[in-house]
Amino acid sequence: MKKFLASALAMAMVLSLAACGGDSKDKPGGSAASTPGGSSTTASNPAPAGDKVIKIGVFEPLSGDSASGGKKEYLGMQYANSETPTVEVGGETYTVQLVPADNGSSTDKAPSAAAQLVSEGVAMVLGSYGSGVSIAASDTFKEAGISAMGVTCTNPNVTAGNDHYFRICFLDNFQAQVLANFAAEKFQAKTAYCLGETGNEYDQGLIAFFEQIFTANGGKVIKDSFPNNNSDFNSYLNKAKAEGADVIFTPVSIAYAVQIVTQAQSLGITAPILGSDTLDDNMVLDAAKGTDIQLYVSTFYQEGGSPEFDQGIKEYINSNSSAKDANGGNDTIAAVTAMGYDAYYVALEAIKAAGSADPAAIKAALSGVTYTGVSGAIAFDDIGDAVRDTAYIKHSNNADGAWELETVQKG
Amino acid sequence: MEFAISVLISGISVGGQYALIAIGYTMVYGILRLINFAHGDVFMVAGLLGIYLSASLPLYVALPLVLLLTVALGFCIERCAYKPLRSAPRMSVMISAIGVSYLIQNTATYITGGQPMTYPVIPFLSDTVKIAGTSTKWVTILTPFLVLALVIALQQLINHTKVGMAMRAVAKDFETSQLMGIKINSVISVTFIIGSALAAVGSMLYFTNFQAITPTAGALPGLRAFVAAVVGGIGSIPGAVIGAFIIGICENVIKSTQFTVFSDAGTFALLILILVVKPTGLFGEKVTDKV
Amino acid sequence: MIEKRNKKGAIAAVIACAALLALIVVLENVSVFLPADSVPNVLKPTSQLFSVLKKGAVYSLAAVSMNLLNGFTGLFSLGQAGFMLLGAYTYAILSVPVADRAAVYYLYGGSAVNFSFQDMFNSVLGTEGVGGAVSLGLGVAIAMVLAGCVAAAFAYLIGLPVLRLKSDYLAIATLGFAEILKAVFQWQALGPVTNGANMIKNFPTFSSFNITDAGGKVLLRLSVFFPFLVSMICIAVICLIINSSYGRAFKAIREDEIAAEAMGINLAKHKMLSFCTSAFFAGVSGALFAMFVTNAQAKVYTTTMTYEILLIVVIGGIGSISGSVMATFLYVACSEWWLRFLDNEITLASGMKVPFLRAGFRMVVFSVVIMIVVLFFRRGLMGDKELPDLFKRRPKAAGKEEQA
Repeated sequence: MKKFLASALAMAMVLSLAACGGDSKDKPGGSAASTPGGSSTTASNPAPAGDKVIKIGVFEPLSGDSASGGKKEYLGMQYANSETPTVEVGGETYTVQLVPADNGSSTDKAPSAAAQLVSEGVAMVLGSYGSGVSIAASDTFKEAGISAMGVTCTNPNVTAGNDHYFRICFLDNFQAQVLANFAAEKFQAKTAYCLGETGNEYDQGLIAFFEQIFTANGGKVIKDSFPNNNSDFNSYLNKAKAEGADVIFTPVSIAYAVQIVTQAQSLGITAPILGSDTLDDNMVLDAAKGTDIQLYVSTFYQEGGSPEFDQGIKEYINSNSSAKDANGGNDTIAAVTAMGYDAYYVALEAIKAAGSADPAAIKAALSGVTYTGVSGAIAFDDIGDAVRDTAYIKHSNNADGAWELETVQKG
Repeated sequence: MEFAISVLISGISVGGQYALIAIGYTMVYGILRLINFAHGDVFMVAGLLGIYLSASLPLYVALPLVLLLTVALGFCIERCAYKPLRSAPRMSVMISAIGVSYLIQNTATYITGGQPMTYPVIPFLSDTVKIAGTSTKWVTILTPFLVLALVIALQQLINHTKVGMAMRAVAKDFETSQLMGIKINSVISVTFIIGSALAAVGSMLYFTNFQAITPTAGALPGLRAFVAAVVGGIGSIPGAVIGAFIIGICENVIKSTQFTVFSDAGTFALLILILVVKPTGLFGEKVTDKV
Repeated sequence: MIEKRNKKGAIAAVIACAALLALIVVLENVSVFLPADSVPNVLKPTSQLFSVLKKGAVYSLAAVSMNLLNGFTGLFSLGQAGFMLLGAYTYAILSVPVADRAAVYYLYGGSAVNFSFQDMFNSVLGTEGVGGAVSLGLGVAIAMVLAGCVAAAFAYLIGLPVLRLKSDYLAIATLGFAEILKAVFQWQALGPVTNGANMIKNFPTFSSFNITDAGGKVLLRLSVFFPFLVSMICIAVICLIINSSYGRAFKAIREDEIAAEAMGINLAKHKMLSFCTSAFFAGVSGALFAMFVTNAQAKVYTTTMTYEILLIVVIGGIGSISGSVMATFLYVACSEWWLRFLDNEITLASGMKVPFLRAGFRMVVFSVVIMIVVLFFRRGLMGDKELPDLFKRRPKAAGKEEQA
């Protein structure tokens, strides 16, 4: 009996190639009925017959370490999609459909997630949150001739050396420079304690750039790293205290930031904590609420930058339970959401400029696109990076649990 | 000096929390010769249960309920995933454990949406206290004492009750004890129940200290506790406790030096060193091969 | 008689492998030869089918190399990810063109290793046409062999103290070494060599093997063929080892160490040999993995990865090579392709939403599937049988039934 089963499985392997070939052939028709996410049902309900559809791929981590950020970024795109569900191309109205693919926050799953988007026939791709997965998927998009637009992946290597990857955010070196200068100006900091996750290119890259600038300004830097999944930060924070650090710089992902803030409170740390764009998150804000921690983050957008957008997305979040879950259960606007919103409109601009739904035409048009979004003016340089010289620095108001704008730094 | 004391305090406290998890590993291994990879995830689930239950129930109801549900989970895992494989090759049972661990983590990701959750504040335990110039939470101070009390109670149970005697017998020789009329399945269930209950207590202490819970939050304490159990000699309860304190202190000492990159690697290096010198851990029984 | 049968079997196996390779080449080149609109979606070059096939080829080598150790020698080792990491980094460091090093190692102002096999062969054979192809092939092949050798050398050093340990103690010690290796590669002080936490990229990947004309148009795709070829050669070598006198010694050690020793098998030597051979092929599969994800970064090579490979080995059947290979493809396809629709919400025509479907549900279903397989196929899909065994015995079984 067993051997029949085993040989049947062997056959299944061979047949699956053919069988799934058949399945996928029907896909373009079938997937029109599937909606990309909980909230966009209105936007992408089965399109009326004869209506043309253009698909935009959303390449985001919806599970894994970065799920929280990926979902918030996707939320911005979903809102934008519900606001403007169609685009005019060459006199015809196309319905825009967002097609998400979960890259699981992991570089080994990224290529097949990217391949899924390509096989769905997307015209271009937005994402990802997290630079590593973007780099891992880059070649898949390149081979398919599809352009990709990073929303908040700040590592220089994402766009360097290829002409199909663009991004609308600033880079790590700019962000680190802003924060290092801010630390020196605002706190007259001489000693900075830098803490990042071991082997995480985002954390370590920012810390390396921060060190370069901070030491050039005459400061001293103590660098430490913690292992993956770590939750005990007591010894690190005590060390920062013992070494007399004037500021603590921790450009870490959200779960770690929450731990660091709560533990710093119970250890009575008085040095201000500086964070990068990842710390601009409701979870971190909640952790700081009611404490004496001074928390400063650099980010892309500050609530109040565009009252119209703020109001719209808050209504959207509050009217939709799955959107609210994705946003961490409240309606504080994360900067990545604003960036996701802008990314969607930049994509529409590119499609309009291309005048067709052809990926190659969109790719060619994308480099020339300019757009003024809620997070500021967006244009691309030769490498495909956004020309950005503004970063917002905001601090947490621990009484109300809200962000307040501290300063706007120019590069 | 202050810094040294603070490092020691957090080392002992974390060590105590690892000890509670390590006992679960070591007891199951002693009886089934199974590395229960899912144990760290049971610990994480206990944390998540704490969050969900305390959201709607008062703490004095929620916490005992957490304990009960965690015990139920441990019991179910044993019945569903390990019991059917009792006669299967050892590797299959271990894979089953890895599979359960996968299932728990993925289900937790699905339910929480991958967002970090915040553990509720437990009055008194979460309050800040100052000793020797460093401030910390009460839970840090209380953990080692609570652990010692629980371990002594557990030792009494194993050495002076009928169930304990059955457990010792099964650990010594599985088949013979079966022939002697010991109900193997209920002994194994009791082992899992004790292990899960201790993991639940451990989770309350651990997550009061470190409040954010992600679906992988159990992986690192789980691995560390497992290493601790091996250092102490897997199968031995006092060994697991001492191993856990060694690992906890060692980890925090490395974190206080400039070689923080190696805080994981350092504990493993210590483990390998101990295994090379004493191949069955500090308190492990010597294995004699039967020909 | 037996020899003759073995010879026949070997020829049949070679023919089967060649046929499979030919099938792969044909499959991936359908899109090149047919006009674009008549190619079914699944055969387009960027289809998930090919991404699954590539990953499957890489993982099957990793799984088979683990099976050699865990299944055939009975040494329970969990160091696979560490050896793959060594292989991936060795390959990456030796293959990034010198011109790209400043960009890749941008945090460290360039690399400490300013040598690349690609450059070396390119300068001799040129970068264009046949010379370019030969230099690419040679460079990649030598770097891969070295990747395996470095992994094997480390395995030797690790094996000296560790192989004295028994069963679970050996497992945890090897797992520990994998973690230590990971930390060393992430250490900033070694940044000029390992690039610290950053990834090493810009080395030749699978797509580099596609043959293109001057304008970049693909003439012949070999990007899936290449990992299949390498994996197949390596797995064939492992098969030969298992069927040699060494292989018989390994199996004897698995069955009973003391009895094996009494029969005159040198335990330490054979265990070490098995450990190093397994590490060698794990290193090669690590190099392939780096080519698959187009970068080398230490944080990917976690214990979770080792568990994943172990899971594949056990699902396939401990001690069955064809089982491991089949399980790999099924596992990869299930986790990354067939179940993907579960992650997206589906609204039925009536406007009703299918319950439970949202991000993350795929992995829940997948782990349930794994549990079912583990619980109901306790010896794995194949047990310790190989694919040809199934066909050999069929007539006998049929005969029995007739008699009954």
